[in-house]
Amino acid sequence: MINSDYEPVIGLEIHAELQTQSKMFCGCSATYAASPEPNTFICPVCTAQPGALPVVNRQAVNQGMLVGLALNCTINPHNVFARKNYFYPDLPKGYQISQYDLPLATHGELEIVTGGKSRRVRVWRVHLEEDTAKLTHQGATVQVDFNRAGVPLLEIVSEPDMHSVEEVLKYGNQIRSILRYLGVNSGDMEKGVLRFEANISVRRYGSNELNTRTEIKNLNSFRTLGRASVYEIQRQIAVLQGGGHIEQETLGWDEIRGVTTSQRSKEHAHDYRYFPEPDLPPLEIDTVWVEQIRRKLPELPAVKRDRFIQVLGLAPADASVLISEKALADYFEATVAAAKSPTHTVANWIVGDLLHLLNDRGLSVENLNLPPSHLAELVDLATDKIITQSTAKELLPELVDTGQNPRALVDKRGLNKITDERVLAEIVDQVIARNPDPVASYLNGKETVFTWLMGQVARATRGKADPLVSSRLLSEALRGMKKPENSC
Amino acid sequence: MELCDLTIHEAHDLLRARQISSTELTRSVLERIHHLDPQLRAYITLAEEQALEQAAQADVRVQTGRDITPLTGIPFSAKDSIITQGMRTTCGSRILENYIPPYQATAIQRLIAAGAVLVGKNNMDEFGMGSSCENSAFFPTRNPWDIERVPGGSSGGSATAVATSMALFALGGDTGGSIRMPASFCGIVGLKPTYGRVSRYGLVALASSFDTIGPMARDVQDTALVLSVIAGVDPRDSTTLQAPVPAYANKLKEDVRGLRLGIPKEYFVEGMESGVASAIQDAIRVYQSLGVEIREVSLPNARFGLPVYYLILFAEASANLARFDGVRFGRSDRTETGDLVDQYLRTRQNGFGAEVKRRIMLGAFTLSEGYYDAYYLKAQKGRALIRRDFEMAFTQVDALITPVCPTTAFKLGEKVDDPLAMYLSDVYVVSVNPAGVPALALPCGFANGLPVGMQLIGNFLGEDLLFQLGYAYQQNMQWHRQRPGLL
Repeated sequence: MINSDYEPVIGLEIHAELQTQSKMFCGCSATYAASPEPNTFICPVCTAQPGALPVVNRQAVNQGMLVGLALNCTINPHNVFARKNYFYPDLPKGYQISQYDLPLATHGELEIVTGGKSRRVRVWRVHLEEDTAKLTHQGATVQVDFNRAGVPLLEIVSEPDMHSVEEVLKYGNQIRSILRYLGVNSGDMEKGVLRFEANISVRRYGSNELNTRTEIKNLNSFRTLGRASVYEIQRQIAVLQGGGHIEQETLGWDEIRGVTTSQRSKEHAHDYRYFPEPDLPPLEIDTVWVEQIRRKLPELPAVKRDRFIQVLGLAPADASVLISEKALADYFEATVAAAKSPTHTVANWIVGDLLHLLNDRGLSVENLNLPPSHLAELVDLATDKIITQSTAKELLPELVDTGQNPRALVDKRGLNKITDERVLAEIVDQVIARNPDPVASYLNGKETVFTWLMGQVARATRGKADPLVSSRLLSEALRGMKKPENSC
Repeated sequence: MELCDLTIHEAHDLLRARQISSTELTRSVLERIHHLDPQLRAYITLAEEQALEQAAQADVRVQTGRDITPLTGIPFSAKDSIITQGMRTTCGSRILENYIPPYQATAIQRLIAAGAVLVGKNNMDEFGMGSSCENSAFFPTRNPWDIERVPGGSSGGSATAVATSMALFALGGDTGGSIRMPASFCGIVGLKPTYGRVSRYGLVALASSFDTIGPMARDVQDTALVLSVIAGVDPRDSTTLQAPVPAYANKLKEDVRGLRLGIPKEYFVEGMESGVASAIQDAIRVYQSLGVEIREVSLPNARFGLPVYYLILFAEASANLARFDGVRFGRSDRTETGDLVDQYLRTRQNGFGAEVKRRIMLGAFTLSEGYYDAYYLKAQKGRALIRRDFEMAFTQVDALITPVCPTTAFKLGEKVDDPLAMYLSDVYVVSVNPAGVPALALPCGFANGLPVGMQLIGNFLGEDLLFQLGYAYQQNMQWHRQRPGLL
């Protein structure tokens, strides 16, 4: 689909809202999504009343440092906030407090793997800034809700190190996963807590030069990030092949028409007139502070995946599923710790039955009514052959729905596996007596009927029959019926 | 003499002794305002009812004898660039003509908590841009010593109010002399504190890295009493200093013998009126007689003071004034078309005066791509040089003595059409703000019947020493007791 003579060169800017209690520069709640009405989470500072002053939110700095460290960045000891000046109704002060030449963290990297190929994407910078207000267009009027104004934003800017849309999506997904692991962003794309801007240029394969790039703004989902990038790469290649040249410009993405559209040319590029924010003294971060944050770094997804494969012996595919969310990985490890069954058995249960069930019910492990200890008990009951696999699978939805203790439920219902040969022999005899025609066809050589007859045994015992014992008894009984005929 | 003609410390003694009440004192101030303000126009907004309520509360506080502070029951006014909750705050501008703030400035809140009585808001040059009070969007304020003359600016309304006892003290704002210069023109005391000594939370920003709130009063002791209340760290202003606040009023009576006072030679050159020069020379002799050692010092980069000051001010002001866009508060000139850019342009065109627009344009220009290094960055380097000059000087002396202004109060209209001449009247005061050090202005004589002010510049957080020097002078010289003839 993409012309093979050309190689895309892509850098990604990610704006991530931080999950702090209060806004970046004032005490207002930052949980604007939970606000009952517009303009309720506001104060003199975040509505830019004359004379109001910003104060840096330390929790936001800590979260930003955590991200910087997770991306192997250097945390800069001397941090300066800067004013980025432009007029828009969603920007109450007429400038955004951001960071310019002295950002929080720089020179990081993230390894991504696509199609079995690994690539290191360099992270140029990570800096703190504040979100804008939300504009709602109602006919000819525009309404402004300042609940979001001043919510902390982290901007993560990569170098132009990616060369396919797949890599961009992988990188974006991996950043999202890391942010969620760190507990600094919900990753909830629909709520706009993660936004992308892609810088794209193309060049002939084998070339190392960086050609004129365009910047696509306001990409609010992985879908639009992917579609817009594919479109823009193809557009640039078509322009170059037609003998044209690429203009440096800022683009928007028209979701309905599926095209990028020009918003600003280079000549009309904003001059933001950055200068150091005089209301905030430089933020000095010493090594003690950095180390204090570094100690809070959890095991990150890539490291966890390696450990699940190499130490726990999981299949790579299962490991990838289990590490996709930190809560799921934690759930898995807690279940493993509580269970006597082998690790891969627990993994199979979670990757298979449990995740299917959660999908069907629209649940996540965070709000699951089945503690890891219960799942461990259920898996162990099956592994120890106290109940059959099929009983265990049937019990799972009920346990999830009711939160009951598995062993108690098994005892109450009398679901213990039937291994008693006398009981099972009786049932086998009944099944044979009630199904003369299938038995006859089996005896005439149609051996597949055996499985059907086993099914009848299971049905008669509501799945409790020990399959090994009943299988042996059934084949013995059938063999006994064959003999007389053969002797004729 | 009326009750309002008392100083703070005199009134406090009488209040405490229950010989007068705050209500009587406040009524006296309001009567003075009714009598003189139609002529002098120091006030933009008066809050008589609220003031009398606060006075009544202060009287209860005095009667119960609990929690009486040196400012309990004392009527004051504030420059209209200081935010007062529920009380109109215009900053001298049409763009805020009807702005009622939803919050309280920290300095105001501290004064009210101490029991002081807020009488109203004083006229000023629009957004503090001016040295004469003629740039007020509403009306000029008159100098009480000669009503044909300006009171100085930008805190001109506050200076006139204090000089005529239309308030016992006032809060001013000083970005580049805006407290000291009008204090000098009106014959009162004004302090520009160390940057960060007093919270700027609620001071409408002109140049954020220069702006200070400071007291204006009739004598040094009163000035010290007010600073004690408003000074100190504020969690809402990250640029406030952690240093503890000394008991300024207790320290000011200490002996000044042996202190070293520096005369910056670069300041005593041509351009100074002879009457101003001789008043300063007299003050220097007074200090010599008190055992203060006088030394000549050098501030070699003094000539960069004005360009550094104005370049940084333009830049910071251009951003600080961006919030006046007609979207959330203040004037909003919407158009029939509902076009956003039209709304911005009309609101700001109609809402801002000429000087404000001039400075916004200059500031936006100096920050622009391609000009930043040549202007803003160079000015910051100049600022570092100025700061170092002061640091070097304070290794040799404890304080510096200079005039506040090269002239006495000029006539209304004399400089209003010549911005450069207006800027030059600030030549002795502006360098103090880029350096961040404190400076005290106090009366030191008269020239042609108009007050002359001297400026004592101190080291960082050296307000206590400035008060000590100022108090010693006022114990020996009575210039601050002279009152305008119209009283």
